[in-house]
Amino acid sequence: MTKVKTELDRRSFLKISAAASGGILIGFSWFAGCTPDTKNGKFVEVPNEWFEINSYIKIGDTGMVTIYSPNPEIGQNVKTSMPMIVAEELDVDWNHVQVEQAPLNTGIYQNQFAGGSLSIRMGWTALRTAGAAGRFMLLTAAAKEWGVTIDDLLVEKGIIKEKNGSRTIGFGEIASKAVGIEVPKEVKLKDTKDFKLIGTSQRNVDGKKIVTGVPQYGIDFHRDGMKTAVLKHAPAFGMKLKSFNVEEIKALPGVDDAFMVDISSKTPGRFDINSSPQFIAIVGETTWPLLQAKKAIKAKWETISELEDSNMHNKRMEDAIRTGKPNQRREDGNVKAAFKKAVKVIEKTYTAPFMAHNTMEPMNFFANVTADSAEMIGPTQTPQALEGAVAGYLKMPLDKITVNMTRMGGGFGRRLYPTFGVEAAAISKHIGKPVKLLYSREDDMSQGTYRPAYRSTYKAGLDKDNNLIAFSAKGAGVPNGGIYTNRYPAGTVDNYLVEKFAVKTNITTGAWRAPGSHFAAGAEQSFLDEVAELAGKDPIAFRLELFDRAINNPVGKRNDYDAKRYAGVLKMVKEKSNWGKNTPGVHRGVAAYYCHSTYVAEVVDMIIKDGKPIVQKVWCAVDCGILVNPDAAKNMIQGGVIDGIGHAMYSELTFDKGVNQQSNFDTYQLIRHSQAPQDIEVFFVDNGISPTGLGEPGLPPVVGALANALYKATGKRYYHQPFNSTEQG
Amino acid sequence: MAIFNLKVNGEKLQVDVDGSTPILWVLRDHFKLLGTKFGCGMAQCGACTIHLDGEAVRSCSLPISVVQDSKINTIEGLSENGDHPVQKAWLDIDVPQCGYCQVGQIMSASALLEKNPNPTDEDIDRAMNGNICRCGTYIRIKEAIKAAAKN
Repeated sequence: MTKVKTELDRRSFLKISAAASGGILIGFSWFAGCTPDTKNGKFVEVPNEWFEINSYIKIGDTGMVTIYSPNPEIGQNVKTSMPMIVAEELDVDWNHVQVEQAPLNTGIYQNQFAGGSLSIRMGWTALRTAGAAGRFMLLTAAAKEWGVTIDDLLVEKGIIKEKNGSRTIGFGEIASKAVGIEVPKEVKLKDTKDFKLIGTSQRNVDGKKIVTGVPQYGIDFHRDGMKTAVLKHAPAFGMKLKSFNVEEIKALPGVDDAFMVDISSKTPGRFDINSSPQFIAIVGETTWPLLQAKKAIKAKWETISELEDSNMHNKRMEDAIRTGKPNQRREDGNVKAAFKKAVKVIEKTYTAPFMAHNTMEPMNFFANVTADSAEMIGPTQTPQALEGAVAGYLKMPLDKITVNMTRMGGGFGRRLYPTFGVEAAAISKHIGKPVKLLYSREDDMSQGTYRPAYRSTYKAGLDKDNNLIAFSAKGAGVPNGGIYTNRYPAGTVDNYLVEKFAVKTNITTGAWRAPGSHFAAGAEQSFLDEVAELAGKDPIAFRLELFDRAINNPVGKRNDYDAKRYAGVLKMVKEKSNWGKNTPGVHRGVAAYYCHSTYVAEVVDMIIKDGKPIVQKVWCAVDCGILVNPDAAKNMIQGGVIDGIGHAMYSELTFDKGVNQQSNFDTYQLIRHSQAPQDIEVFFVDNGISPTGLGEPGLPPVVGALANALYKATGKRYYHQPFNSTEQG
Repeated sequence: MAIFNLKVNGEKLQVDVDGSTPILWVLRDHFKLLGTKFGCGMAQCGACTIHLDGEAVRSCSLPISVVQDSKINTIEGLSENGDHPVQKAWLDIDVPQCGYCQVGQIMSASALLEKNPNPTDEDIDRAMNGNICRCGTYIRIKEAIKAAAKN
């Protein structure tokens, strides 16, 4: 039993307030048709009255429970799993629970963002506390009613019972009386072994809405009187808008207005500062005439900084590694001397291009800016950053701005950057009306916040007994290297050097699913595979040997991983995949990586079909602590694996004179059905540790495992992404 | 601008738009049928898939002027209560992650099963290859199509 305080940061996050007028949030009727459909055919009546128990929980007089999910839902399934955690401690029947997306409310909820695979990890205690406090208050109300103590009572699926008596009362019947109960200063949390709901697979709470096409994404938001807007940014990074044929555009059918907007800011915060702060906005009623009008724009652009291209980027990264000054560095032992002593030395260079996020739902946002308020509704992974950015642009205090989050058609990091929200606010301010801004796919793929371009050179030295005695890795990136000083194999080699280098650019880059890690994992794990081969060792045995060193006698003061857990997933995938057992025609590659607090090891099984390498199956071993919703967790890992294979194999964004050369799916390739593996098996380590991230960690290791399987299948090493089209060597 | 008469989900609907307007925007902006999604605008991603006389087509690249008497069916008309075998299989297998592409996937899958009740893996790949899922739910989609085929 864990006791936790309900006050965090001296601010109680469990406030009792009068029943909110339930049901309608951000313009969609979430509630309509939401009567829980229980498996046994029992229905809970729609409540006449709702009672707010705390900011997470609202209980209806019929026993129906609403749980607010605080964090943005980008497909990582937190809208199901976060409320499950509350429901567990509340002891309510999951079939009686409906879930609503909470709006941004920094006074009540903490860390309302979706990034870094942190939602569950950071929400774990707060969500449990909210549920446990709600349960305590309902029990206290029932105890008072019956003249007993709460120790005389127990709860089962939302029904309070006397331990030694026959009285029972439902949460719905007692809820009104719980509203008056004081929030407990301290609550007891369940022992993890007593979990009934956590650890069971529950379906996506929005599943029915998704498969029936119920409008719930930002792009679907509609309000009567709202206008539609499209925009045109500068065609190249390094260019700025001077003027355009405004009168001609305004005269086109379906166009109400067209104008130039400038959202550049001297204090940009987490803005996409290099992308195009000056843009053309075209406003009307419906989308198609606006998209047509965009094609008729004749604009004058001026070059304000260098127009970069991909060859330039590659050259600059190469130069940075050779002659640049590192911005991060770690050296253990004496690497130079160790390489001199080495009997065998191997050096290889790995590269990866820029990539776009390509959420399937293009960027969009609704804004309704008036003289003294701004209402923002749409898809954002960082509602708080968006609120701040809009406040900064409008020079309005934060409390005049509301942000509501819709379900998101993917995030992958793209919606961490609030530019599109500010753009919508600027357009609404200009026209004095509510407006929904919509990017075309070309806008979406051309406005950056890309995954950076990377280049890393790895070098290893073996002694006569094939022991790894020297290791160095130097990584550059545009704008910064995809390499980590304190990650594995740090701590496993006496003479170890890592250096990270930056290359300046005016192309905007940002977080892209497992930032940095996806490249670092691919490069490092491919390299170690080659080192193992040079040492004449099995790739898993070689890695485990290094982990033994990190477990028994680690090198250096700081190594950012738990070597036992890391080795644990490698051992698990070895056993589950029957590593070492050769199947004719199946070529295998392995990799393991640790990021976002989760350990993942993967084995890729590859076959050659019609002369082409095909991933047939992937085996995954995952240590992410307690599983809240196992099947959804499996879905996340499977998705990460497919996403990782796809991007490493097929995707790239190149530049010429500051212009991205790919701007839609005819030239930018994403993985498709026929290219996906037939099967992905996922195994989880059961260790009872508090849950860690899942949205990202499944992706990075598969890049390495894929490259290593490709080598086994083709006899050729793959160093340069995308593997499918880039010249290797 | 011109008046067009359409048959959408069994209903007769009228709209006054330019003949070049893709059915996607007629559905979304004029009829407020928002289940059909915008993804790429060039028939590359499949998010906008609808049925035109039972065939899966990309509505973002289908001008209203060519539709004429054809029957348009969207996700809103796929079943009365969201209980089409394909929708049921999608729920049973809990396919979606972000869910944005899934309507298009379901429309492609239901058109496939209508013509080919027992598709092979290759048939599924061929019919579904035009539908991108960035979340990577392809394995579950294939599983759901096979489950729906059994029913």
